[in-house]
Amino acid sequence: MPKVIAPRDPKEWSLFTAGHTACAGCGQSLGARLVLNAAGPRTILVNATGCLEVFTTRFPSSAWRVPWLHSLFENASAVGSGVEAALKALGKADDVNVIVQGGDGGTADIGFGSLSGMFERGHNILYVCYDNEAYMNTGIQRSGLTPFAASTTTSPVGSEVLGNTTGKKDLPAIAVAHGVPYVATTTVAYPKDLEKKVKKALSIKGPKYIQILVPCPLGWGHDTALTIRLARLAVQSGIFPVIEVENGKLTSVMRIARKVPVDEYLKPQARFRHLFTPAGREELARVQALADANIERFGLLGARAG
Amino acid sequence: MARTLEKTQVMEGSRAIAASVQRCRPQVIAAYPITPQTHIVEHLAQAVANGELKAEYVKVESEHSAMSAVLGAEATGVRAYTASSSQGVLLMHEVLYNVAALRLPVVMTVANRAISQPINIWNDHQDAMSARDTGFIQIFAEDNQEACDLQYQAYKIAEHKDVLLPVMVCVDGYVLTHSYEPVSLLDQDLADQFLPPYEPSWALDVDRPVTYGVMLGPGEYLEHKYVLQQAQKRALGVIEDVAREFGTLTGRTHGGLVEEYRLDDADVALVGLGSLVSALREAADQLREQGIKAGVLKIRTFRPFPAEKIAAALGGVKRVVVIDKGYSLGSGGILGMEITAALAAAGVPALVDRFVGGLGGRPIPASTVVRAVVAPELPRSQDGFLDLKPEYLGEGD
Ligand SMILES: Cc1ncc(C[n+]2csc(CCOP(=O)(O)OP(=O)(O)O)c2C)c(N)n1
Ligand SMILES: [Mg+2]
Repeated sequence: MPKVIAPRDPKEWSLFTAGHTACAGCGQSLGARLVLNAAGPRTILVNATGCLEVFTTRFPSSAWRVPWLHSLFENASAVGSGVEAALKALGKADDVNVIVQGGDGGTADIGFGSLSGMFERGHNILYVCYDNEAYMNTGIQRSGLTPFAASTTTSPVGSEVLGNTTGKKDLPAIAVAHGVPYVATTTVAYPKDLEKKVKKALSIKGPKYIQILVPCPLGWGHDTALTIRLARLAVQSGIFPVIEVENGKLTSVMRIARKVPVDEYLKPQARFRHLFTPAGREELARVQALADANIERFGLLGARAG
Repeated sequence: MARTLEKTQVMEGSRAIAASVQRCRPQVIAAYPITPQTHIVEHLAQAVANGELKAEYVKVESEHSAMSAVLGAEATGVRAYTASSSQGVLLMHEVLYNVAALRLPVVMTVANRAISQPINIWNDHQDAMSARDTGFIQIFAEDNQEACDLQYQAYKIAEHKDVLLPVMVCVDGYVLTHSYEPVSLLDQDLADQFLPPYEPSWALDVDRPVTYGVMLGPGEYLEHKYVLQQAQKRALGVIEDVAREFGTLTGRTHGGLVEEYRLDDADVALVGLGSLVSALREAADQLREQGIKAGVLKIRTFRPFPAEKIAAALGGVKRVVVIDKGYSLGSGGILGMEITAALAAAGVPALVDRFVGGLGGRPIPASTVVRAVVAPELPRSQDGFLDLKPEYLGEGD
C-alpha cells in the first residue's frame, strides 16, 4: 500500500483537496489544483457548471478550501463581476483574488456574452478556461473549442463526415481584442509554467485570461496514464501553442525543442482514430497543416516573432 | 423634532421609485435597459454619477448578467438592486431560481409589461406571472406612493432572518412608472431607522471558506425545496409585520398581504392586482349606486399566496369576480385559478367568475368591470376575455 504523506501543518495542505469524484487521469482536476495553489488562500472562486463543478461539490463533500460559488453554466463571469463589485463596495478589493473558472463550452460558447462583458468592463478578475475541447459533463458533445476532425457525440464520424468540420475558436485572440492586459495559454504538462502564469496574472490589475489545455481520458479516448504526455505532445507538435500576450504584444512562447509530427499526438486518442484510416488521409494532412501554421504564426521553432 | 417625511411632490413614478431605492442605500446595482423600466435605472445611474449614492453600478451586457451580478454581489455580503421588465425578466428566468435558492435577499423592481410576440411595450402582468414559481416574493403596488414605500419594505422583508428570499416589487409599466402622481419620500434618517445596514447571513469570505451552490441528488433535493417553501410561508407573517411597522413609522398603510375596500357587507367581491385595483374601487362605488353591494379585495402579495387570508376575506360574499392581467395559455387567468383553489380548499361557497383583460396595455376602465359584473354572459362565452374586438378575430370571413 502506498503511504499517504501529508504536511503536518494544515496551512500547507493543498487548497484543492480530496473529496472529489474526478475520473482517473482527469487533466482538469490537476489544472484546478495547480491554479488554486498558485493563487493562494485569499481567493474567491466562481465556477461555471461543468465537470469541475459537478465532481468537486457533490453534497455533502467539497474539494475546495477557499470560498467557492456556483450559480449556472453561462453566468460565471457575470456572477464574478458582481463579487468583484461588492468587494470594491466593501473596500476589500485589493486584498482578495477573484478567479472565475469554467470549461471550454461554458467559456467559448454559452458563457461567451457574459465573458465579453466582464472583459470589456475591466473587472479585476482572472478568468481560467479549462479546455478539454468538448462538453464533457454531458457526454462529449462538440463545443466551439473542439479541434478540427475530432469525433464527438455531436460531431461523429460517418460515411459523409469525418468528425468536427470546423477548427478551434481563437479565444485568446478574442480576449486580446478586448484589450485584456494579460492573456496566456498553457497545459497541465507544464506545472511550473502554469503556476508562473497564474501568479503573474494575479499581479496585474484588470481582467486576465488563461486557457489551459486539460486532456480528458474519457472524452478523448486515451489511456489514463497518458494525460501529461498528451498535454506535452499537443505543444511539441504545434497543435496547442503556449503563449503569453501582454498589453496586446506577444511576450513569450514555449519553444518546441524537437518538432513532433501530429501523428504522435493524435494516435493514442480514439477521437482521432478515423484519421489513420485510408478515408482520413486528407484530414490528417490538414491537421498537420494547422499545426505548421501555428508554428509559423507564433515562431515556435525559429527566432521570436516580431 | 427631526423632519421624517419629505414634502409631498408631484413626480414621475420612475423617478420617485429611484429616489426611494437610493434611500435604501444599495451598495451594488446591476441593470440593463428595457422599456418601461429604464427610467428607474437611469435615475440611479445619475445619482451614482453625482455622488449622491455610494454604489458600484455594473453596466452589464444583458438581464441574465444583471441578475447574475446582483447574485454575486449579495453572495459577497452587500445589499444589491436591479430592475427589469418583460423580456428582461424572462431572460433572467433561470437566475431567479438561483437567487431564491441561494437565499439571497435581492430586491428587483419589475415595471410590468407584456411579453413578445407580438412585441408590445405596454402593461400587463405576464412577466411577473412567468416568475411566480421561482421562489421570489411578489408584491404588487397599486399607486406610486405604494411603489415607493414598497422598496424599503421589500428589503426589510427580504433580509428578515426568518425569510431570506428575494423580493420582486411589481409596478405597472407606464400606468405607474411614467405617470406623475403626488408622492412623499422618506427623509434619509427615517429610511435608515426603518432599514438598518444589511447584515448578511452568509457571504463569500476568505477567512471562512465555504462552498455554495453545490449539487444535490435525489436524496436531498426534495428537502431543499421544502425548506424554501417554509421560508415562503414565514414571509406571510413578516410581510404583515413590516407593513405595520412602516405604517406606525410613516402613517402610511397600503395593506400587507391583502387590502379590503367596502367588503364588510358586500355580496360581490372584485379581485385584482396592481393599479387595476383603483379601477375596481371605482367600479364597486358605481355598482353600489346601482344597488349592487360590491366591494374590493386587493391582492397585494401574490407570492407567498395568502390563501387563508383571501378565503377569510371572501367568506361572506356570494360572488367573486376576478380580473386577470396574466394568462396561462391553454388554461386560464392565473390569479383566478389560484383564488378558485383557495376558496375551494377553505370550503367558501362563493361563485367565482374569472375574466381576463388589459393584456398588452388595453385599459380596463371601471365601466368594463361594471359590465363584467352585471352582464357577464358575453365575456364568459369568450373564455373570459373582456372587451374583445370582433373585427380582429378573423371570424366569419
Ligand atoms: C443553460 C444550460 N444549458 C445546458 C446545460 C447542460 N450542461 C451542463 S454542463 C455542460 C457541458 C459543460 O461543458 P464545458 O463547459 O466544456 O465543461 P466540461 O464539463 O467539459 O469540463 C452542459 C451542456 C446547463 N447546465 N445549462
Ligand atoms: Mg469541456
